Amino acid sequence: MAENAAGCARPTGAVVGEKSAPAKEEPIIKEKKMATARVGAKAPDFEAPAYYKGKFTTVKLSDFLGKWVMLCFYPGDFTFV
Amino acid sequence: MSAVAANYEKLQELGAEVISVSVDSQFVHKMWNDNELSKMAGKDVPFHMASDGPGNVGRIYGVYDENAGVELRGRFIIDPDGIIQAMEVLTPPVGRQFNETIRQIKAYQHVRAHKGAEVCPAGWEPGKKVLKPGPDLVGNVWKVWSPLKDH
Repeated sequence: MAENAAGCARPTGAVVGEKSAPAKEEPIIKEKKMATARVGAKAPDFEAPAYYKGKFTTVKLSDFLGKWVMLCFYPGDFTFV
Repeated sequence: MSAVAANYEKLQELGAEVISVSVDSQFVHKMWNDNELSKMAGKDVPFHMASDGPGNVGRIYGVYDENAGVELRGRFIIDPDGIIQAMEVLTPPVGRQFNETIRQIKAYQHVRAHKGAEVCPAGWEPGKKVLKPGPDLVGNVWKVWSPLKDH
């Protein structure tokens, strides 16, 4: 994992294993085409800034194709549960 | 997340990787690791802590709370083909059961290894009875599997 400058998380607009949708369309149209998560379907791919083992990196879901992934959302750092 | 960090080896044994996601920045993730999580887990967080400040990722996974501006406790198990096999979403005040994720991954791995010829009934764990779907099993599950003895 290369160390990266800070940025924003952004869905690539494709599901894992497929090429990202071209970034030419209007943002609103892109939003409509965005894959949403559904059990039994391919996971929507995303790329996000991350902290990993002492470094600031970028993590991309589709980089883990071929492995099992546990994707965990949670309300926030330093919350109690 | 400290429970996942502390038990990370159990996921590694199953060949599973972890990505955690919250709206906090990478910098806050670092501080949380350094000042709290590492003390709870007894080691640095071994997985990728992703930052989703605008909620873009949470939105496509249906777990972003627009009013609160935070992510709900959504947990997704994604198989090696990139298919979401399981999801569980909890509201913030109750935590997840890590061992349930392990159980589910093991069950999905069993199904995958047998190409769907064997399926895992309620409460299945390795060593417990599996079911072999087919015409002969229709109406006869009660003969081979008991929710009292096998669950």
